[in-house]
Amino acid sequence: MTDATQHIDAGEGDTVWVEEVSLIDSMPRWLAMGLLFVVAVGIWDLVTRMGWVSPIILPSPGETLADLIFVGRNLFTGGYMLEALWTTTQTVFWAFLIALGIGFLLGVLVGETKFGERAVLPYLVAIDTMPKVAFAPLFIAWLGFGISSKVALAAFIATFPIVVSTAAGLYAASESERMLFKAMGATRMQTLLRLKLPIGLPYMFTGLKIAAVGVMAGAITGEFLGGGKGFGALIRQSASQMDTPRVFALILYLSLLGLLLYFTVVWAQRRIVFWNKEERAGGLG
Amino acid sequence: MTMAKPCPAAVGATSTPARPVYEISGLSKTYARNRLVALDDVTLTLREGEFVSVIGSSGCGKSTLLKIMAGLSPPTRGRVMLEGRPVQGPRSDIGIMFQQATLLPWKTTIENIVLPIEIREGKAAAKAAMQKALDLLTLVGLGDFAHVYPGELSGGMAQRASICRMLIAEPAVLLLDEPFSALDELTRDFMNMELQRICRETKATAFLVTHSLAEAVILSDRIVVMRARPGRVMEEVEIDLPRPRTLEMINTPKFGAIVAHIRGLLDREAAE
Repeated sequence: MTDATQHIDAGEGDTVWVEEVSLIDSMPRWLAMGLLFVVAVGIWDLVTRMGWVSPIILPSPGETLADLIFVGRNLFTGGYMLEALWTTTQTVFWAFLIALGIGFLLGVLVGETKFGERAVLPYLVAIDTMPKVAFAPLFIAWLGFGISSKVALAAFIATFPIVVSTAAGLYAASESERMLFKAMGATRMQTLLRLKLPIGLPYMFTGLKIAAVGVMAGAITGEFLGGGKGFGALIRQSASQMDTPRVFALILYLSLLGLLLYFTVVWAQRRIVFWNKEERAGGLG
Repeated sequence: MTMAKPCPAAVGATSTPARPVYEISGLSKTYARNRLVALDDVTLTLREGEFVSVIGSSGCGKSTLLKIMAGLSPPTRGRVMLEGRPVQGPRSDIGIMFQQATLLPWKTTIENIVLPIEIREGKAAAKAAMQKALDLLTLVGLGDFAHVYPGELSGGMAQRASICRMLIAEPAVLLLDEPFSALDELTRDFMNMELQRICRETKATAFLVTHSLAEAVILSDRIVVMRARPGRVMEEVEIDLPRPRTLEMINTPKFGAIVAHIRGLLDREAAE
């Protein structure tokens, strides 16, 4: 008898075992999330109300909400903040696209050719271990203070996870699958397109999710360091004016952009890798 | 049905030996990497409609032999002839099946079955082969599962589908590399009986690599017992149990005697 089971004597010599379900297991997810939210905001409110923390460091939930509404109104009425968000969105979009293209091609080079694996991969690993944000001043020097230097930095950061995951995906086909294609007389291109790439798709999407997070970080870092008209510049301005509630509000709206990108990738994965929902039972053991 | 010693053919009761399909002579394979002699002077003939198994301890070169026969790996020395033509690479008249079903999860069962046609002859030919694929699926009892994805098939069903994929190009020989060893024992017994039935109905010539003695005996007309280091044929054992074989035969004295004889050969090798 384990702790999670309860012994009920049903009479007539039968024994019924009822499994105990914990409270958190039995409640719907939205309720669990909502409860945590209420508790967290309650503590936050208490801390600011009691004056334990300076409002410059931590504004009260009320002030933050007021700023959320203010920023929201500006965004939805097409104010200067919407323009900034649009700039950042464009940066993120182009950077993600460039990272996807370059990352995929380099990944295929590394994963499919001996030259890529032996000669190119060591350099990629070496560059990947560098703190890539440190390249920001270089990109600004090369491409100026406009959007392109931010795109370059964000793409630079997001490329590596895509390269690594694409290459890993291409190695993922099993020995029997390779033998099968060989036995069918498949050409190298057929094996790549009809076996290795589809088998590798789940791996590639894992890389894309990491890249989606990285591209946001890269774009905002670029805007912090290189100015411009993006959302990162707005956040920096508000921070330098000690307008902490505004910073909070801006970050929250910015995170919506990140979420949108991330869940676009998740959605695409569900559509494209439709077979990977559960265990690949039977099919690939 | 009892067979004369020089006539290993299983089909019919005629005394004329069936036509040789696969002829291997003086086959050797040495791996350059570690100078390992995997196969040494192996000679073997498969006749039409015959079921031959190869059994031996690990490292006896049975998988190497199968890869060479499939044209997936070149021999170091020797002659490998299928239907009178030397095997120099993968061929459409060689059907092969592995331990894993290796069905592509993004293709439906029937699309998986026409895959060899699609790879060799293109999409139009694959489409034309759909009816034949459906007939094959019906033959293995999967007619209703043609349009489901392999993720919904059980292990045994997936292997039956991979039998169909092997048969779609009407190969002259079936090479089976421990095809059911990943299945549970009950499914495996059932699949072996299915395999026997399919081979009979398609008059297939089959070559099975296995490490299960009972499986080899129940399926085969002839068992090639191999020894390791270097991989050599120790003895060829005729299995003159009547056909069709049934699982009950496992309990007969004759079955026991054959198993005991082969086990004796393998034990003797292990003792050396």
